[in-house]
Amino acid sequence: MILLAASTVLFMSGALGSILFQRAALKKIWALGSVLAGSLLGLIPAFQVLRNKITFAYSFKETLPGLKFQFGCDELSAFFLIPLLGLSAGIALYAFGYLKKEKHLLGSLACFPLLVAAMMGVLVAQDGFSFLIVWEIMSLTSFFLVTTEHGNREVRFSGWIYLVTTHCATLFLLVFFILLFKKTGSFAFQDFTLLSSKSYLTGFLFLAALIGFGTKAGIFPFHIWLPHAHPAAPSYISALMSGIMIKTGIYGILRAVTFLPPLPLWCIESLLVLGILSTVLGVLYALLQHDLKRLLAYHSIENIGIIIIGIGLGLLGRHTHNAAIEFLGFAGALFHILNHTIFKGLLFLGAGNIIQATHERRIDQLGGLLKFMPLTGITFIIASLAICGLPPFNGFISEWLIYMGLFDGVKDLPRGPFSFCIASLVGIAFAGGLAIACFTKVIGVVFLGLPRTKRELPLQEGSWLKRLPMIILAILCFVLGVMPQLVLPFILPTLPVLGLKVPASALNLPIQSLQTFSVTFMILIGIFILIALIYKALLLNKTKRLAPTWDCGLREPSARMQYTASSYAEPLSTFFYFLTGPTVHFQTLKGIFPKTTSFKTHVEDLAERNLWTPFVQKTVEIMSWVRKQQQNQIQNYLAYIFVTLILLLLWEVWVGI
Amino acid sequence: MLAGIQIIVLLTFSPLFVGIITKTKAFLVGKKGQPLLQPYYDLLKLFKKDVVYSTTSSPVLKIAPLVGFSTLLMSFLLFPLFGKAPLHFEGDIILFAYLLALGRFWALLAALDVGSSFAGMGASREATIGALSELAFFVGLGVLAYSSDSLSLDSIFLWKLGHSAWQPVFLLLFATFFLLLLTENSRMPIDDPNTHLELTMIHEAMILDYGGVELGFILYRSTLKLFLFMTFAVSLLWPTLLSFSLASLVFLFFKIAGVAVGVGIVESTLARIRLLKIPQFLIANFMLALLALLVALSTGGN
Repeated sequence: MILLAASTVLFMSGALGSILFQRAALKKIWALGSVLAGSLLGLIPAFQVLRNKITFAYSFKETLPGLKFQFGCDELSAFFLIPLLGLSAGIALYAFGYLKKEKHLLGSLACFPLLVAAMMGVLVAQDGFSFLIVWEIMSLTSFFLVTTEHGNREVRFSGWIYLVTTHCATLFLLVFFILLFKKTGSFAFQDFTLLSSKSYLTGFLFLAALIGFGTKAGIFPFHIWLPHAHPAAPSYISALMSGIMIKTGIYGILRAVTFLPPLPLWCIESLLVLGILSTVLGVLYALLQHDLKRLLAYHSIENIGIIIIGIGLGLLGRHTHNAAIEFLGFAGALFHILNHTIFKGLLFLGAGNIIQATHERRIDQLGGLLKFMPLTGITFIIASLAICGLPPFNGFISEWLIYMGLFDGVKDLPRGPFSFCIASLVGIAFAGGLAIACFTKVIGVVFLGLPRTKRELPLQEGSWLKRLPMIILAILCFVLGVMPQLVLPFILPTLPVLGLKVPASALNLPIQSLQTFSVTFMILIGIFILIALIYKALLLNKTKRLAPTWDCGLREPSARMQYTASSYAEPLSTFFYFLTGPTVHFQTLKGIFPKTTSFKTHVEDLAERNLWTPFVQKTVEIMSWVRKQQQNQIQNYLAYIFVTLILLLLWEVWVGI
Repeated sequence: MLAGIQIIVLLTFSPLFVGIITKTKAFLVGKKGQPLLQPYYDLLKLFKKDVVYSTTSSPVLKIAPLVGFSTLLMSFLLFPLFGKAPLHFEGDIILFAYLLALGRFWALLAALDVGSSFAGMGASREATIGALSELAFFVGLGVLAYSSDSLSLDSIFLWKLGHSAWQPVFLLLFATFFLLLLTENSRMPIDDPNTHLELTMIHEAMILDYGGVELGFILYRSTLKLFLFMTFAVSLLWPTLLSFSLASLVFLFFKIAGVAVGVGIVESTLARIRLLKIPQFLIANFMLALLALLVALSTGGN
């Protein structure tokens, strides 16, 4: 606890120092140095909690009647602290290199340590009241980080969307915690367990939590801030937000599961349906994006969907008393949280390198970067393989656990849950296929082929400070894939907090399979090396020539003739026309000597186009009517207050929630 | 030991079945056709040739065929060709599916690596087809898991020995996986392996810039892949024999030769589907798999 408190103090003082000092170098050293030191310091207690299974808690004296600030760290908090602090430390290193020449990004730098501290606070808060406070600090600091480049109109707009959505979501959390307080008489998490299990109340509370936390996590259709905020933020902040901040939403849902009474089946089913929607639509919209960071943001939605499916599956297993499915669902979800932090962090850092070198986010303007930025390219390919769930990388293992649970569900569960398992199975498998299409598109268009526009060479990858965290993350992708059993000491202690009472015998089979993966992947790599050697042997004594790419006999091939990202995605986009509905800006050619024209398409996602835009329009209409009723007469306001109070009183007497 | 035999049998015999398909097609249109062993001659020639690389390309171009080849060998180790699979554990069907996906990932990258618009076009189509065929594939695997109560290829394909595999579920599954076989191996209603017009090609367009040893690996891989899918489909109706013997080898040989003739007949009698209709074909196959699922549910599995 002392170490955690110390690291919080470090973050705070770093923020303070970074505000007080004017010189750029000092600002950076205070902010980033404090994040680095604080994160490494905070990792120690997190590891200790998971290894020694000693949790700790501290509660302050009663500040207001009935209100105590309580903080503590149990296994669930510690499990989330590890990716949070690990990734923050890596990002702090990266930011040293990233911010070298970018003076204009320093303005909001003080919020970086504050954001890390706030996220840590979210994870260790043990009562609703302090949770809401740190949650709000987290939202605000990340808002300031998103709007770092507020000179840009688009960035301001994105920041605005983020601010509005995140506060609408907090409203639901407010309802959630206040209802719990009213029912149990306390804000402390451990007292929430006393809640009597009335199914409608549990369902209502769960829905509030799902919307509140789900918005932060980026569950479809509450995800709309994500594709706006990520491209707007500086890349290292996108890595932090996508890598770990959205996971605080998942943490919230898991935490709610720990103290809510057993959930009714329809809650679990709606969780699964939202998971499937997020997974499939997230990757489908990712496929159609032209902006690198927006594309990655949509992929976060897909991965959050996979995690949600895992959690839903675990709950389904609990509901049907199937210990194996419960274990596979929760373990897969937890493992995927860890994995997504690793590879999504890596992908955003890679995107940061690309954008810093080329000043270009539109993928259709890039090309051939692998030759100029080999490290970025190779780590990007590794992260892509991992995010597509391909062996032998870490993404495969977590998806495998979830698949195993789903297949078990298909085998063993009764008809109702069975159909949800089949639907999730199809959803994840289809999303896997689309993810492959999407990432081959990104790698092919950005890194392979020829540059599509002329650029000043040489393109720089930046200092070693930038490269080191990327190398570490890429190695982690591989190591956790080949030796998945390394993660078990983190996952297994966390499961009992989530209410898993799994007999050791039920775990044997999946754990053994995890160990066989080491052998299997070694064989795979062995075969690959053998084939490569045979290939080398076949190439001995052969002449190798270089020649231009086959172009059907065309005389002057140009780089602009390469397939673009949009054309690559066109068949899928056309087939899913009803979901994608691309907006086309095109003036048809007229006359014998037509003037120049342009062609532009872009895709707005379903939730934004058909759900939120009409919703916001309607709200604005109603509100403008409300505004007309304000005539600045004090009698009217008093009357409003009086009527509201009477209504609330009647509500309290009759309904009593 | 068994793994060794399995790999050797595989590497020696897989091109033969491509020969059988070509011979069947030639016979049906009244031609004499290529010699049965032509695929072997082609491979030998390619492995002897010098290599030419595109100036645009990166090492991805060279790595991709090797990854594709090794993932395919690996997926064969999970498959009970005759007797038990050399490598099997609970949940290996997922690994099996994802190994194939890994091969596809690299093939797509290699196509985009040369920067040719034809290769890009082929890759784009292949990515679409690949994503949509996952639907039928995974539902098919789900039905298999349900009706055999197992998640390992080994026990899925060995379980029915004492019983008849000729049940409605398996007939439907056979149909599903036969269509998947045609899809995944760029066979006739989807893609024409003999076409030479770049605009209409899918798989062939992706590998336009390959030659020599690398092309040899790619073609060898596609014969292996054909072999794998033919075995997969046919083993649904005629399960693998329990132990390795000469009899099981001969049995396997005849089973696959039968499917190869079937593929040849389908290819000579069907016209190619328009490219825009391919997704509909794949969705129809998905529906077929769902039908198999319903049938499996109503008959109650095992």
